[in-house]
Amino acid sequence: MTVVFILWLREVKKYLRSRVQIVASLGGPLMYLGVLGFGLGPVFRRAGEGSYLQFMAPGVIGMTVLFTAMFSGIAMLWDRQFGFLKETLVAPVPRLAIMIGRTLGGATVAVLQGTLIFVVTLIAGFRPASLLAVPLAFLVIALIAVIFSALATAIGSSLKEMQGFQMVMNFLVMPTFFLSGAIYPLEGLPKVLGALTRVDPLTYGVDGVRGLLIGRTHFGVALDVAVLVGVGVLFVLFGAWRFSKIEA
Amino acid sequence: MSDQPIIRVQHVIKSFGKVTAVNDVSFDVRAGEIFAFLGPNGAGKTTTIKMLTTLLRPTSGSLELDGLDPATHQTEMRRRFGVVFQDPSLDSDLTAWENMDIHGVLYHVPRRARRERTETLLRMFELWDRRDDLVKTFSGGMKRRLEIARGLLHTPKVLFLDEPTLGLDPQSRNQMWTHVRNLNQAERVTVFLTTHYMDEADRVADRIAVIDHGRIVATGSSAQLKQQTGTDSLEAAFLALTGTTIRDESATAADQMRQVARVWRR
Repeated sequence: MTVVFILWLREVKKYLRSRVQIVASLGGPLMYLGVLGFGLGPVFRRAGEGSYLQFMAPGVIGMTVLFTAMFSGIAMLWDRQFGFLKETLVAPVPRLAIMIGRTLGGATVAVLQGTLIFVVTLIAGFRPASLLAVPLAFLVIALIAVIFSALATAIGSSLKEMQGFQMVMNFLVMPTFFLSGAIYPLEGLPKVLGALTRVDPLTYGVDGVRGLLIGRTHFGVALDVAVLVGVGVLFVLFGAWRFSKIEA
Repeated sequence: MSDQPIIRVQHVIKSFGKVTAVNDVSFDVRAGEIFAFLGPNGAGKTTTIKMLTTLLRPTSGSLELDGLDPATHQTEMRRRFGVVFQDPSLDSDLTAWENMDIHGVLYHVPRRARRERTETLLRMFELWDRRDDLVKTFSGGMKRRLEIARGLLHTPKVLFLDEPTLGLDPQSRNQMWTHVRNLNQAERVTVFLTTHYMDEADRVADRIAVIDHGRIVATGSSAQLKQQTGTDSLEAAFLALTGTTIRDESATAADQMRQVARVWRR
C-alpha cells in the first residue's frame, strides 16, 4: 500500500512542480475551445443546436484528460531506459503495485488538468445546468482518466522505440479524440462514422460528462458509466499484464 | 574476506532468438571482494548483470546470489543487492532526499532507519548540502554518487555497478573509486563492477574476469592476468586476451535513444 501511495505521490508532486508544462499543455485545448468554440458557434446556432460552447466544453475537458493521460504513458518509454522506472523494476515489490501506483498517479494528474480546463471553460462562459451534477461529472472524468492511463501504461510497456510515439499519436490518440463526438453531435452521422464512434471509449466518457453537465446525452448516463467501468476494468487488466512483461 | 562465494554462476546461457549473448559462463564472486567484469562492447557484460539482478532469465544454467535462486526467490534476492545501471535511473524532477526516500519505501526500510541511513550516505558521498536540490541541477559525477548512495540505502550484500564512471572526468572518476573502495571496507559490501577503463579495474579490483563473445576467457587477479599473458599492464593483457578487432555492434533501440538523449541533455 505504501508503495502504491509513494509512487502515486511522486507523479502528483512532479506535476505540481512542472508549472511550465502545465501552462504549455493548456495550449491545445484552449485553441479548440477558442477557435472552434467561437468560430463554429454561429453555424451551430443556425442549425438549431443551441450554444456550441455549451456543447463542446465537456468534449474539450475529455480531450484534455485523454491527452494528459496518454502522454504520461509515452513518457514511460523514456523513463524505462533513462529514468526512474528501471529502479522500480528491480525493487523487491510486486510489479502490480508499481503499475497501479503509476497508473493512478497518471490518472490523478489527468483529472487535475481536466479540472483546470473546466475552470477555463467557466471563464469562457460555459454554464453547467446544475452545480449538483458537477461532482458526478468528475467521477466520469476520473473513469476516463483511469481508462487512458491504463492504456498508456500498456502502450508504454510494449513500445521499444521513440518512433512508436508518432504512430500512437496519429493512429490512436487523434482518432480517439476525433471519433468521440467531442466536437460534433452523434445524431444523424453517416453509418460508418456512427459505428466507429461507438467503439471509441471516449465517446461514452464525453457523452456521460455532457449528460451530467448540460443534460444532453446520446446513450444515457447509466449506459455511459456501465461501458466506462467495463472498459476500465479491461484496460487496467491489460495494462497490468503488459507491464508485468517488461524486460528491461 | 571469506572464501564463501556470494555469487555463483554455473553454465549460464542466454540467447535472444538466434543470438547467443552469454554462452556457457561460469564464475564465482567471493563475499567482500571487489570483482571486475571486463570485456569489449557486446561481450555479454550487461546481459550478465541483468540476469544477476533478476531483470532477465537465463535460457539455461543456474545462478545464485547469497544462496538464493532468482527463479524461486526473486523478491528475497532483490533485497540483497543494490544496482547502478549503465543508464541513469534517478528521478531528476525530485530532490536527492526524495530519491533516497522513495528507494527506502520500495525496499521496506523503516522510516527512522531510512532517515538515519540517508543522512549517513549523503554525507559520505558529499551530497548532504545539496539534499533538497532537484537532481536535474546536479553534475554527472554528483548524479552517479547519488545513485551509488541510493543503491546502498537498504544495506545490500552486493552492489552492482555497470560502467559507473562512463562519461565522467578523471577527477570525478578518481573520487568515485575512492568512495567505492572506502565503502567496500566500511560496509563489507561485495562490489561487482564493469568498466572499459583498465587502469580503474587494475586499481580497485581484487579479482577480474574477462568475457568475450559470451564466454569467460580468463579469471584471476590483475597480476595473474598479466603473468598469464606475459604483459606488463592490464590493458595489454586485456588486448592479448580479447584481440584488437573493433566490435561493431548493430545499434539497438536503447542506443538510438541514447543518441537522442545526448542531443537533448548536453
